[in-house]
Amino acid sequence: MDDLIVEFITETNESLSAIDLQLVGLEQNPNDKNLLGSIFRLMHTIKGTCGFLGLPRLETCAHRAENVMGRFRDGTLEVTPAYVSLIFESIDRIKYIMGELESAGKEPDGNDQDLIEKLDAVYEGRDTAAAPALAAQAAPAAVEIDPLQALFDATPGPADIVNASALAAAAPAAPAAVAAPVPAPAAPPATPPAAKVGDDHAAAKESAVANQTLRVNVDVLENLMTMVSELVLTRNQLMQIQRHSKGSEFSAPLQRLNHVVSDLQEGVMKTRMQPIGAAWSKLPRIIRDLSNELGKKIDLVMEGEETELDRQVLELIKDPLTHMVRNSGDHGIEKPADRAAAGKPEQGKIILRAYHEGGHIIIQIKDDGKGLNTERIKQKAIEKGIATPEQLAVMTNKQIHMYIFDAGFSTAEKVTSVSGRGVGMDVVRTNIEKIGGTIDLHSEEGKGSIFTIKIPLTLAIVSALVVEVAGEKYAIPQLSVQELVLGSDKGDNRIEHINGTPVFRLRDHLLPLVTLQSVLGLPDAPKAEGERTNASNNRYIVVTKVGDYVFGIIVDRVFDTEEIVVKPLARILQSIELFSGNTILGDGSVIMILDPVGVAKATGEIKVAGADNEHKMDETHTHRSGQKTSLLLFSADDAMPKAVPLALVARLEDVDVSKIEQSNGQMLIQYRGGLMPLIKFQESMQLQAHGTQPTLVFSDGTRTMGLMVSEIIDIVEDTINVQINSDRDGYLGSAIIRNKATDIIDVGSYLKSAYKDWFKDHGEEDFDREDMKRARRVLVVDDSPFFRNMLTPLLSVAGYEVTTAENPLRALELQERGAHFDIIISDIEMPEMSGFEFAQKVRDGGKWKETPMVALSSHATKNDIDKGMSVGFTKYVAKFDRDTLLSTLSQTLAEQRTLNKSEAA
Amino acid sequence: MSLGGEVTKFQKRRAGEIDEGPQTTEFLTIVIGPQMFGIPVLQVQDVLRQQSVTRVPLAPPEVAGALNLRGRIVTAINVRRRLAMDDLPEGTKTMSVVVELEGELYSLIIDKVGDVLSLPNKSFENVPPTLDAVWRDVATGIFRLDNQLMVVMDVARLLRQNLH
Repeated sequence: MDDLIVEFITETNESLSAIDLQLVGLEQNPNDKNLLGSIFRLMHTIKGTCGFLGLPRLETCAHRAENVMGRFRDGTLEVTPAYVSLIFESIDRIKYIMGELESAGKEPDGNDQDLIEKLDAVYEGRDTAAAPALAAQAAPAAVEIDPLQALFDATPGPADIVNASALAAAAPAAPAAVAAPVPAPAAPPATPPAAKVGDDHAAAKESAVANQTLRVNVDVLENLMTMVSELVLTRNQLMQIQRHSKGSEFSAPLQRLNHVVSDLQEGVMKTRMQPIGAAWSKLPRIIRDLSNELGKKIDLVMEGEETELDRQVLELIKDPLTHMVRNSGDHGIEKPADRAAAGKPEQGKIILRAYHEGGHIIIQIKDDGKGLNTERIKQKAIEKGIATPEQLAVMTNKQIHMYIFDAGFSTAEKVTSVSGRGVGMDVVRTNIEKIGGTIDLHSEEGKGSIFTIKIPLTLAIVSALVVEVAGEKYAIPQLSVQELVLGSDKGDNRIEHINGTPVFRLRDHLLPLVTLQSVLGLPDAPKAEGERTNASNNRYIVVTKVGDYVFGIIVDRVFDTEEIVVKPLARILQSIELFSGNTILGDGSVIMILDPVGVAKATGEIKVAGADNEHKMDETHTHRSGQKTSLLLFSADDAMPKAVPLALVARLEDVDVSKIEQSNGQMLIQYRGGLMPLIKFQESMQLQAHGTQPTLVFSDGTRTMGLMVSEIIDIVEDTINVQINSDRDGYLGSAIIRNKATDIIDVGSYLKSAYKDWFKDHGEEDFDREDMKRARRVLVVDDSPFFRNMLTPLLSVAGYEVTTAENPLRALELQERGAHFDIIISDIEMPEMSGFEFAQKVRDGGKWKETPMVALSSHATKNDIDKGMSVGFTKYVAKFDRDTLLSTLSQTLAEQRTLNKSEAA
Repeated sequence: MSLGGEVTKFQKRRAGEIDEGPQTTEFLTIVIGPQMFGIPVLQVQDVLRQQSVTRVPLAPPEVAGALNLRGRIVTAINVRRRLAMDDLPEGTKTMSVVVELEGELYSLIIDKVGDVLSLPNKSFENVPPTLDAVWRDVATGIFRLDNQLMVVMDVARLLRQNLH
């Protein structure tokens, strides 16, 4: 059944119940104008809704009953029990039709002529033909008794009771009843159907639909939501305590509490959810009117109307959505003649699609119209002085298109009645960003445009990244965090300074940096005793995006992401723009939530036009837990997209083709003061004749190489789940990424073709897959979440089963619990316990006594290595060397096997 | 959150003293430096021992930070700074009185919490006009006690001044 009808039934049943009650009240108190007005309005609403929904039978009944009540209201007809009964009869009839409508989905056959006659008779005063309306007050009332009397007799049910009182009321006026017979002709034919209907009334089932829903005040729900949020926080707190005290008797009940609370949260969230279709209901009409007015043919296709989202969010996106769909119809779709000329079907199509993705709702508005006019936007941008022709020349089409979201940027040549007034795309974007959403656009001239809106499911709970600076923790809303980068004082990932202002080379862009510590005006944290020198060298850069402006926030440490409930700031603190709120963390401490907009402002927000670069990093949250990994998608000659783990790519460069030199059959380019070999992704690949060739730069210590590809598509965050292993050189296999089969490339083989000796140091022996009865289990012990997260996908791809521990103590806990690993990889510099101590502890005895251990350190001096070996490490690998690590792992495991075999023999 | 012995005592008293007559008013006494202050008991939500607070950078100097009181975030106010007094030496134990103003909770950090006193209204005096402006601003009046004077603290003004 149509949602609208269901809603109508629910609502009307409520109205009818209200009318029932009020009518009874009216009967007892006929002069109550308020009551009368209220009944009239309810009936009027029912009539109106029925008319709108195309329910003629209901509409007629309601309409005629309303007529009669109109007379009551005007005071031209006195409210008598008899008339009230007649209204009751109408209401019963409406209920009957509603019942049928509910069960059959349509109005029942038949008509209500009988009832209508009666109502009309009363309305037109025909039932009192002998006594015109202007007659004495008492007279009409009395006169009406008789014909109605006949009806009452024929109508069983509640009417009988009314009947009795009617009689009683009528008695004193009896003499006037002489005039009665006149309207009789109307009454007799009416009787049989009335009786029939009456039976139905008696059976009038309680509306099933009405009983399934319950109207609850939104405030109650909001309150409930707040309390559940608190409960969730308390649960998190308990779980955190639990994590530190293992094996307590609370574990089981806590686990249960955990589940129940999760379910409860989900349930309460559901009460706030509404299908997005509610915001779309007006659109078909808008498009229809638009088509007529502009003489266009437009087909609006809506998909995923049932997708649910928080009603608060829904309210906020309603208008932007309407505006955008209207825009698509107005500016996007061409007139039929133009379409035909362009070889497109005359009827244009707008597809509106909504679906869930992660914790977000994606809404797409896609049209097959003429697309954005890039030249026109350029012109306008120059006119408005937003960009110079030079700037525009180096921008991609997409960057130029993004200008339509700037304030006051309307390229519509003329303002039509439907668009170009008031709300512009800038307002749309502002509204969407206000609720933590993003908007993206892809347009191709002549082919159409796709707008993609990404909004959070709910505003109540947000995911935030917890960082530390100067010993204090702060939360940054995950929505504005693009990715995390590890910067250091020296090396390729170094933070550079221009006149003291830190900047960072992020792939092919210069990222402005701000130091959170200085923005917050915090003094240096007192250095903890024996703090690692490493900590001061390596800084985390939280790449943050505010509107178009991408910048990096330098923090000391990065913790996990946490789901937090944003609480408003105390009034006294609201003037601090840097904070958007505060919250209580799982451990019970209060934490301030940074407002990225405020941080950007505090550092002199530069509205960098086009800072929104090609490498949209929307879905790149390198740091997020789990098996997700950031992948760089690119294409080479063939259609199949290729992916490489982003962590392996040192930089992206656009190599000037004219600068490529040939030497000994090898392409080279001068790069950062050295020669860098260049390899084509595929031998057959055609290089650009002029201009630049996108190139992925891989680096390993001193060696770098460039891999030239046709196009860099995007960076996505996804799980690498290799579906088909590949024997082809250069490929690891194929996986589904973004619903597309994608080749995962094996960087190693390209490195080898650039430098024959790339792996010479550590032998060619590959991981022996055949011998692998089960996935080899690896334990990674590293205090840096960055490395843990980087190693996990790398090792998983290589076929290892990875477990991580953030410090040796946790690792030793695992040992106590009886976990078994084939190999342990451990960092050396860790705060609580160094890798050396850890190795010693492991070697001192216990289950892992024989387990090979690989040390991972950025300090690989001879002394360190010697020390590592002496305390029990099997191998020592430099921290950034992925390939050495992998080959070391397979080598060590192979050695271990041989060892075991010989021992067994 | 563990509550001190003073608190239980205080809460008991508070619970038992609803029938305050028109002749007396109940005050929770607090001590800051050498001076005793009184806060009308009905405005007091809680008394806390020293709590760890989260610093709020860039906040006004008298804001000591924010803390979690049974799931609600409370803004801690350093009353000494508010009254233009010197900070206590580092490491000195302090206490807090939690009050509510316009739906928000504030934790007033003071030196010490004393008893609850039921004081006769007749011993109330207006604030002497010679008092320091900051003090005059936050004091409603003075109570003459046997051996000392108690300044009645106007919590709303103490905090509202902050709000600007």
